[in-house]
Amino acid sequence: MEMKVPTMAECIANGEVPEILFWVGCAGSFDDRAKKITKAIVKILNKAEVKFAVLGTEESCTGDPAKRAGNEFLFQMQAFTNIQVLNGYEVKKIVTGCPHCFNTLKNEYPDLGGNYEVIHHTQLIQQLIDSGKLKVEGGSFKGKKITFHDPCYLGRANNEYEAPRSVIEKLDSELTEMKRSRANGLCCGAGGAQMFKEAEHGDKEVNVERAEEALALNPNVIATGCPFCMTMMTDGVKHFNKEAEVKVYDVAELIANAQDL
Amino acid sequence: MGISNIIFLLLFIGAFVLFALRIKTIVRNIRLGTDKNLNDNFAERLKVMSLVAIGQSKMVVRPVAGIMHIFIYIGFVIMNIELLEIVIDGVAGTHRVFAFLGGFYDFVIGSFEFLGLGVLVACIVFLVRRNILKLKRFWSAEMTSWPRSDANLILTIEILLMTAFFTMNATDQVLQSRGVEHYIQAGAYPFSQYYSALFTGLNSETLIMIERSVWWFHICGILFFLNYVPYSKHFHILLAFPNVFYSNLNAKGKFTNMESVTNEVKLMFDPSATPPTADAAPVKFGAKDVTDLTWVQLMNAYSCTECGRCTSNCPANITGKKLSPRKIMMDTRDRLEEYGKNLDKNTPDTKSLLHDYITPEELWACTSCNACVEACPVNIDPLSIIVDLRRNLVMEESNAPAALAGMFTNVENNGAPWQFAQADRLNWANEA
Repeated sequence: MEMKVPTMAECIANGEVPEILFWVGCAGSFDDRAKKITKAIVKILNKAEVKFAVLGTEESCTGDPAKRAGNEFLFQMQAFTNIQVLNGYEVKKIVTGCPHCFNTLKNEYPDLGGNYEVIHHTQLIQQLIDSGKLKVEGGSFKGKKITFHDPCYLGRANNEYEAPRSVIEKLDSELTEMKRSRANGLCCGAGGAQMFKEAEHGDKEVNVERAEEALALNPNVIATGCPFCMTMMTDGVKHFNKEAEVKVYDVAELIANAQDL
Repeated sequence: MGISNIIFLLLFIGAFVLFALRIKTIVRNIRLGTDKNLNDNFAERLKVMSLVAIGQSKMVVRPVAGIMHIFIYIGFVIMNIELLEIVIDGVAGTHRVFAFLGGFYDFVIGSFEFLGLGVLVACIVFLVRRNILKLKRFWSAEMTSWPRSDANLILTIEILLMTAFFTMNATDQVLQSRGVEHYIQAGAYPFSQYYSALFTGLNSETLIMIERSVWWFHICGILFFLNYVPYSKHFHILLAFPNVFYSNLNAKGKFTNMESVTNEVKLMFDPSATPPTADAAPVKFGAKDVTDLTWVQLMNAYSCTECGRCTSNCPANITGKKLSPRKIMMDTRDRLEEYGKNLDKNTPDTKSLLHDYITPEELWACTSCNACVEACPVNIDPLSIIVDLRRNLVMEESNAPAALAGMFTNVENNGAPWQFAQADRLNWANEA
């Protein structure tokens, strides 16, 4: 199926008002693995006939990694730039492909003049399924053992634990939980700008610790909802040479693959 | 009023004066922090306080420690009612002044024995967990000899107080049964009635001496404890409540918005905005020392009881990095104490929380995952301090790790943390 990815600029030129803006994020735009998640989200949006648009080249980093790293100047510069663009297009509702963008847009932009209804892509998928716009039936993940790794900025940071799980349950797969899950979930090691630097000196990498915990369940799939968790968990699985047996997928990819989108 | 009553009264007043003076110092220290107005959402705050502090909801996430802690908590709060009787008896020279309440009195005194036993058992379990089972979180790097002794001392004092309480009741019963003058028949003793068998062989003079000694030991112990607590991690028994009341109600992922930065950024975006007047104090970005933190963050530090749940859930700490959220809180309190003492003595102070206590290596190990905040039974927020210190490192010292400095440059120049051109942002849409 060919993807339809309209930009805000095109929509406005055609006199259309999209119901939702898809905020792709830097990882979703540039990281080879994360681009697959982006495409899966687009396929789902297309399939459910959601009128959406992306900012395309007008999108810029939300400033999340700068803010977590202590560079508030850079964060606010990014925020003001993005808010000018978003308010210029009179954006009301945003779906993000990344929990970090989600958190920043939802919680930190309002103080700076950016007020939008912001949801994470797993929440949108859940809404599409619940409202009947998207049909999901078992498919290729039927009976497969799946464990979900909670992204910190979706879970603890914003108390969303159920949306991704309820979507996974639609696949007729066996959802198993790690001991450290939900509010007690262990970070993948990428947050707080760690993604962009070497880890401090220690005796283990955080992603190895987390992958070890997930692999102990002998799952077929480790699912997540964040491009950074994706990188960390994929590397963690590789560390144990398990990449042939255990796949790491974003929840959006599970749905798109299950439906052969 | 006899000489013993006067001694009692003086001891009692003295202990409270000392306690009040110490509290005054702590309040002064907390007020050294910057302003933060939290007089909002009273109802919501009350609800959180009822649930988390009064209701101990986060304690029971770890059931063994949680339930044992509830034994001590309830025992401590309710048994303090008896303190009222002890004080009246001590001042007026009466014995069990509330005995006239009859059956109700027996019920209350009997209940105290149940609670007392709960406290005793819990304290012994806690000592075993710390010293024999040696649970990892009680032996990590920042748990040097004083923090470990502090915990053991508190548990030992509580065990001694409970032993004195039961001995007092046991000897009292024997004296009551013998109809010794002054020892009126009162109270019910579900546990110490068995313990009293130890004392039946002794003559009444010896018994009175033992009963009086443990009575004095008990009340002096309590007064000592009162003055030990505010110098110890044990101060959480008071601060837990305001600490939870004033805790963060926002989503944990929402970091504070720095208004000082907003003002500067607005100037850059809008040249017509009014620049600050020349006499405005220069703004300092982030926190270098305790006085740059908010009063809530400083109250957090005094509320920490060093249980280490934060550290044992910290991904950086679990994987052997230097960061320990508990150490962040302990360092903040120790530095604030030092700062306050220097202020009192008027001695010059050249140290700071950042570098002298907390190193950049610790700060850069944080993944900002909020596990420490989630784990804290009294809603302490170590992450907010870590971020404020990082802000100082980056915006005042330009002291970010090289890789992060590179990331900043990328975000600034091409709107992404990696070196990709913004013009290529939509290329994915045309890739198969």
